Order: sequence, then C-alpha cells, then structure tokens
Amino acid sequence: MRSTADAVIIGGGVIGSSIAYHLAKEGVRNVVLLERHSFCTGSTGRCGAGVREQWGSERNCRLAQASINAFEHLEEELGYEGDIEFKQKGYLILAHTEKEWEQFKKNVALQNSLGIPSRLLTPQEAKEIVPILNTEGMLGATYNKRDGHCNPFHTTWAYAQAARRLGVELQYFTEATGIRLEGGRVVAVDTTRGTISTPVVINAAGPWAKPVAKMVGIDLPVYTQRHQILATEPTGPIIDPMVMSFSMGIYCQQTPHGSVIMGMGDPNEPKGYDIGSSWEFLREMSRLILRILPALESLRVVRQWSGLYTVTPDAHPILGGVPGIEGYYQAVGFSGHGFMLAPAVGRIISELVVGKTPFIDITGLDLGRFERGELQVEPSVV
Amino acid sequence: MKRSVEERNWLEQRNVIVCRCEDVTLEEIRRAIAQGATTLDELKRLLRVGMGPCQGRTCRELLARELAEHLGKPVAEIMPPTFRPPAKPVKLGLLSRMVENAPRGDEGSSLEGGESR
Ligand SMILES: Cc1cc2nc3c(=O)[nH]c(=O)nc-3n(C[C@H](O)[C@H](O)[C@H](O)COP(=O)(O)OP(=O)(O)OC[C@H]3O[C@@H](n4cnc5c(N)ncnc54)[C@H](O)[C@@H]3O)c2cc1C
Repeated sequence: MRSTADAVIIGGGVIGSSIAYHLAKEGVRNVVLLERHSFCTGSTGRCGAGVREQWGSERNCRLAQASINAFEHLEEELGYEGDIEFKQKGYLILAHTEKEWEQFKKNVALQNSLGIPSRLLTPQEAKEIVPILNTEGMLGATYNKRDGHCNPFHTTWAYAQAARRLGVELQYFTEATGIRLEGGRVVAVDTTRGTISTPVVINAAGPWAKPVAKMVGIDLPVYTQRHQILATEPTGPIIDPMVMSFSMGIYCQQTPHGSVIMGMGDPNEPKGYDIGSSWEFLREMSRLILRILPALESLRVVRQWSGLYTVTPDAHPILGGVPGIEGYYQAVGFSGHGFMLAPAVGRIISELVVGKTPFIDITGLDLGRFERGELQVEPSVV
Repeated sequence: MKRSVEERNWLEQRNVIVCRCEDVTLEEIRRAIAQGATTLDELKRLLRVGMGPCQGRTCRELLARELAEHLGKPVAEIMPPTFRPPAKPVKLGLLSRMVENAPRGDEGSSLEGGESR
C-alpha cells in the first residue's frame, strides 16, 4: 500500500468509487481508496437500483438529472467492457391520497421547470403503461420516461476499474481506523495496513459515515435504519417502469434479468445496524404489492435481504468540506437515494478537492445547514 | 492443490459453462478474476454465479477451486458466499396469506379502500 497519497477515500461503495474515478480524471491520480470489505458490501450492493429524477426538491432533481445524463453514456466514458444494465423504462409513481396528488402536481411543475419531462397521468393512462396495474382507489400517477434502473455492482466495478487504470490504488479489505489532524489540517489516515500521509481525506463510508466523521470530531446528524427487500424468480417481461407508492411505502421493478425486485419502508423500523431479514416483511410486502399488482401472486420469492439507509433530517445528502477542518470532505447521508446520485456527486466532490466551482450548485447541502436551521425536507421518499 | 487429468481437461474448454442456472462460462469467470475479483461474493456480484435456482450447489466448489488456484491459496481459505433466505422459493400469494400472529397488521397503510387478499 502507498504510504503517501494526494487523497484518501474511505469507502468502496458506489460513492467512493465514483469519487475515485472523478478525482483521477481531474488529474489527482495518487489516490488510495480504502474499503474495509470488498466492493459493494455496504448499502450499494443491497439497493433497489432505481434511478429517477422525479423529486420534490430542486436540489435532488438537479443532482439526479445530471446523474441520468451521465448514466446514459457511462460505459463509454469508463471504457467498461461489461454491461451496467442501465434501462430507461421510467418510474410510475402512484397517488392514492389527495395529499399525495396535490404534492405530485407541485413536483411535476417543478420538474418540468427544470427540463425534466415528467407528466401527470390518469389511472387509465397509468394502466396503459403497466397493464397489470390495479387502479382501484388510485387518483392518478406521475411518469417520467428518463427514469429507470441500473446494476449497482457493475456500475461500482466500472468506476473502480476506470479509477484503477488512471492510477488509483484500490485497497479492499483495509479499514481506516483514524484520521490525523495537525493545526486544523488533515495530515494522515491510519489503516489496518499502516499509515498513509495525505492532505485530503474523503468520507464516503455510507452507513458508517458517522463513526468516520467522529475521527475528526464531527457529530453527523444522521441515523441508520434497516430497509428490507426481496427478489422473485425471473419471468418474462411484465412490468416496464419502476412502480412506486409513497403512501404505501413500497417500490417494485423488474430487472433486465427478469426477476422482480420489491422493497418497503417500515415506519416502525428501529434505528440501528441490524441487517437481518424477517418473515413479517415478506408478509407485509406481499400484501401491499398484490393490492397494486395482483398478477404477481404466483411469482416465487427466491431471495430476501436488507440494507441500511443513512438518513438526514431533510432527506438530502451532506456534501463537501467542513470549515475549520482543512482537507476533510464528505459525501454522506443519502437517505435511501445515493446510488442514483453517484455520478454527479463523484464529480462535485472531485471538483471541490481541486478547487473548482462544482458544476451543480450545492449551496444548502453543507453540514452547516443543520445548525443554521435551513432545512427544506424532501417529501418524495420511501 | 491437485486436479485430476479429467477435471483439468474439462476445465481447459474455455467456454464450458460453470454456472448452469445463470449460463456463466469459465472464460467469463477467469476474466473477472483477472480484473481483481478475489472472493466468491465478488464473482456472484459480477456474474450472478450461484444466484439461480440451485443457489450455487453445482458451481460453488468449482468457483472456489478456480479462485484458490489463481490466488495460490488452499480452497479452505476461500470465504464461502453469503446465503440468503428463503431456503426454498415461495409464492407471493402464499406469503400474503401467512397467518396473523405478528405484532403489525396492515391497517397502518393509507391505501383507501384496499382490502387485504
Ligand atoms: C434496501 C435498499 C434499497 C435502496 N434503493 C435505492 C434505489 O433504488 N436507488 C438509489 O439511488 N439508492 C437506493 N438505496 C440507497 C443506496 O443504496 C445508498 O444511498 C448508496 O448505495 C450509498 O452508497 P455509498 O457508497 O455512500 O455507501 P456504501 O455502499 O455503504 O459504501 C460505504 C462503504 O464504506 C465502507 N467503510 C465504512 N467504514 C469504513 C472504514 N472505516 N474503512 C474502510 N471502509 C469503510 C463500507 O464497508 C462500505 O462498503 C437503497 C438502499 C437500501 C438499503
């Protein structure tokens, strides 16, 4: 392992891997990426893989929009021989309550003003997109054809391999155990394989962002929470878009492989690091999904698992540096939607590290917003 | 680690299918290992090997040997892959009719007029 670097990244999920690639692309090539396990062991490898720009806040919309632009050409950009399986078959977001419907009208107006081609649909129009949809009790839906999903393993691997080719050292099975500061500056990172002298360290530790931030004395306002998910056996094409309901707290998509993946947010789930699987989830999930997609009844569940959301009080990530700690940057607190933001976030963080103005304005996504009390909560989350 | 002549000959056929459920060839596996995959979980993440109906019963052993050979380690040191429930595939319809004895019912959902099946 290198003993001196220009930057050290803590975390080998999609965020750390995207940052590694973008830093190298900016010319910062003497970079070490530290990952305690192997790639995609954290949230990334457990996620629902959905990618959407249908958000309720301008900042989330812009980050997602720029990321979708990048996903569209990612294989070429990264010189990846494999397939990241990016499919733009849209997101269909269902409204069952008046409150949702009112919010969706606002969301679509905002999205359209930013150039996002989302639309409000009647239940009948929604059924044309997903013929097996049960529209009973539905007030309407929103749909955006640019949304879709992408394979998180291949995306992360593609970023990591491209970074490696540009000179980044990928150190898997290596844990960061401490960050050394001198006079308010980062000087080194301690790891289970020795110390690396570096002026820059980037916290991309996903659910472990809080303990990593503690290493420089920051108490991050984030908590972690289990989210469960399942996959069925593969079947022929039956659902094109991701189907989602915020009031039911569920989402469901069919992967290019043919299996149907679905997950649920449980409001009663305690905070913490539990990533076990429960049969209650299987029951609740199947009941909820069969109300909107009853035709899935005879599909068999072959796998269930869970992963952690790292949640901030306003469901927006915390990006960038922190005043008073020179050389420390963070890209954390993605609140359940970090996979889809990885392309834009990787670029933004690397631009900040080299002293450029980020290509997307990230005002208000800094850590200081929580103290200033300037929170605009994202309404559209599961 | 020793391999029999037959096994070696068989493995030399590069496009031999190692994971039959997901249709993954030896060549694809060797390419992933050459790119830096060092564990069964990584091969699974990149190639879906062992994720099909047999859940790796056929290919696990072969994959472990391939990794062991490449890394120069004994097979016993190759970490086993993660196993996920359920042990056997179960229909969603059946799961949704599971008997009520858990703490949480579905009345918490805000889907109006929705009847549980
Ligand atoms: C069930 C579920 C469904 C989801 N669905 C979606 C979705 O549809 N779309 C979407 O965009 N997002 C989704 N998400 C959220 C998404 O998974 C995360 O926001 C995203 O993966 C975060 O990536 P990351 O790289 O920050 O974190 P991670 O992938 O968790 O990576 C962090 C890495 O840091 C490593 N690490 C931690 N501490 C240290 C240390 N001290 N030293 C070295 N390494 C360390 C960990 O081992 C880990 O691998 C979902 C999440 C879950 C759980």
